Amino acid sequence: MSNEIRQEIDFEELKRQNLRSAKARKRKKFIIFSIVYTFLAALVVISIIPFWIVIINATRDGMAISTQGITIFPGSSLMENYRILTDNVDIVRGFLNSLKIATLVTFLSGYFSALTAYGFHMYDFKGKNVLFGIILVFMMIPSQLAFLGYVKWMTQIGLMDTHAALIIPAVASIGTVFFLRAYISSALSKELIESARIDGAGELFIFHRIGLPLMAPGVATMSIFTFIGSWNNYLSARVILSSKANETLPMVISSLKALRIWHQNQGAIYLGFAISIVPIVIVFIFASKYLIENISAGAVKG
Amino acid sequence: MKKIKDRVGYLFISPFFLVFFLFNAYPIFFTLYLSMTRYKGYGPKLFIGAENFMLIFKDPNVVDAFMNTIKIWGVNIVFQVFLALLLVMVFSDIKYKVKGLGFFRVIFYLPNLIAAATIALVFVKLLDKDYGVLNQFLFSIGWINESIGWLTKPILAQMSVSGIQTWMWFGNSFILFMASVQAVSKETYEAAAIDGAGRFQVLKNITLPSIKPILMYVMITGLIGGLQLFDIPFLITDGRGFPEGSLNTMIVYIYNMAFVYKNYGYASALSFALFILIMTFTVVFTVMTNRNEIREFLERRKVNKERKKKLMSSKGSANNE
Repeated sequence: MSNEIRQEIDFEELKRQNLRSAKARKRKKFIIFSIVYTFLAALVVISIIPFWIVIINATRDGMAISTQGITIFPGSSLMENYRILTDNVDIVRGFLNSLKIATLVTFLSGYFSALTAYGFHMYDFKGKNVLFGIILVFMMIPSQLAFLGYVKWMTQIGLMDTHAALIIPAVASIGTVFFLRAYISSALSKELIESARIDGAGELFIFHRIGLPLMAPGVATMSIFTFIGSWNNYLSARVILSSKANETLPMVISSLKALRIWHQNQGAIYLGFAISIVPIVIVFIFASKYLIENISAGAVKG
Repeated sequence: MKKIKDRVGYLFISPFFLVFFLFNAYPIFFTLYLSMTRYKGYGPKLFIGAENFMLIFKDPNVVDAFMNTIKIWGVNIVFQVFLALLLVMVFSDIKYKVKGLGFFRVIFYLPNLIAAATIALVFVKLLDKDYGVLNQFLFSIGWINESIGWLTKPILAQMSVSGIQTWMWFGNSFILFMASVQAVSKETYEAAAIDGAGRFQVLKNITLPSIKPILMYVMITGLIGGLQLFDIPFLITDGRGFPEGSLNTMIVYIYNMAFVYKNYGYASALSFALFILIMTFTVVFTVMTNRNEIREFLERRKVNKERKKKLMSSKGSANNE
C-alpha cells in the first residue's frame, strides 16, 4: 500500500523534472537562435549598408548629407543631383560605352567559345590534343600581366584608344572554352549530329541549328560572368583608352574624385555610384540562382 | 570521306587561335622582349639583356610592395576565412536548423559583384576623415572624440583595404565552403550526432576535413588576386600608393614605373617577374591539390612504357631467333 503511494509520487516528480528540462531546453534553443540570427542580421547589415547609403544619398542634396549624416529615408533631390552630375561628367556616354563593350564582349565570347568547344568535341583532326594542351597551359598563365606589351602592340597595329582593343580579345576566352568543352560532353550526343549529317545538312548549319541551342544553358551561365567582368573592368580600359569620348563607366566614376563637386555636391557623386551599381544588382537578382549554383559546382569538383 | 569532314574542325577553332596568338600569346612575348630593353614608352628601344632583372633585386620598393601585399592579404584572409567558417557552422548544424540559406548566400555575395573602382570611391567617401559616414557614426555613439584618418594613416590604410577585401570576398568563400560541406552526405552528420559528438568534434572531424581542399584554393587564389590588386589602392591614393607608400602594391608600382616615371622597360621586367611568381604559385598549388591524379598518371605511363619495352625486347629476341 505505502509502496504504491511512493511510486506515484515518483511519477509526479519525474514529470515535473521532464517539464523543467523541456523548458530549459526551450530556453537554450531560444538563446542560441537569438545569437545566431543576431549574427546573421549584423552580417546582412554590413553587406548591404554601403549600397543602402549610396542609393539613399543619391536622392538627397549635398547640404543635407554634410550636415545631417545618414538617414533611413530618401530625399527629393534625385533630378537636381542628376542635372549637377551630367553638367560635370558625361556619365550617359560612359554608361553607353560600357554597355556596348560588355554586350559585344559577352556575345563574341559566348559564340566563339561555343564554336571552339564544339570543334574540339566533334572532330578528330591532327594536333587536336596539342592545341587543347596549349589552352590548358594558358589557363594557368596570368596573361593580364602582359598589359604593358599589349599596350605597345596595340599602338603598333593602330588599335590604341579604340574599343576594339578591349572587345576583340573576347573571341579567345580561354576559361569559357574550357568550361564549355566539359559542358558539351554531357549536353550533346554525337549520334544526334551524325543523324543530321545523314540528312545532308552542312557542318556550320548543324552547329547553328543543333549544337548551339543545346549548349545555350552553359553559354548563358558563362555569359553572366563575362558581362559582369567586362562591365567592372578598370585597369585595361584605363591603359588602352585615353580620349574623353571613349571612357567607360568605371573610368568616369574614377574621375569624379578630381571634381569640385566631390565635396560640394555629394548627392550627385552618390548618384554616379548608384548608376554604376544598380544595373549589376539587377542582372544579379535575375541570375543569382545560376551564378551561385555555378560557383558551388566549382567547389565540389575542386 | 571521314577525314575531310574532320578537317572542318580546323575551321571551327581557327578564329579562337588566330585571336589567341595575336592578342593573348604575342603580348606576353612582347612584354618579355620589352623587359630586356631600355625604353621610355616612346622613342628608341635599346637592348640591354638581363640588366632590368638585376635591377629588381636592388630595388627596395619591390620588397616594400610585396610586403604591403602580404600584410593586406594576411589580415584579409584571416577574417574572411573566420567569417565564412562561422557561417558554415551555423548553416551545417543539424540540431539547430537555420533557415534562409539561399537568401543569405545572395546577400553575402552582393559586394563581390560591384566594380572595384566604384567600391574604392564609395569607401573613400564613407571612410573620409572629416565628412565620412563611419566617423560621423562613431562620433554620434560617443566611441571616439577626434576623427580617425582611416585612409591617411599608413597602417590604418592597409587595414582598411584588408577590411574592404574581406567585405568583398567573405560571401564567395562562404558559398565555396558551404558547397563542399553539402557534398558530404547528411548521414555522416546524423551518425555523428547519434554517436554523441559535440559541436567542436563535428567541426574538427567532419566539417574542416571536407573544406580543406577548397580552403587551400581560397587562400591561394586570394594571394594571387592580392598580388594583382590594383583598382582599390590605386584609386584610394590617387595613383600614388601613399600614405607613405603603404598602399603601393606591385601593379600600382608597375603602372607608375611605366606611365609616370617612364621606365617602360624596367616596368615590363617587373611585370614579368610578377608573372613568374604567380605562375609558380599556381603550378605548385595545382600539383599539390592534384597529387593523386598526377601520381596515377605517372604510374600508368611507367606501366605502359615497361609493357612497350617488354614487347620490343620479345620482338627483338624473336627476330634474333
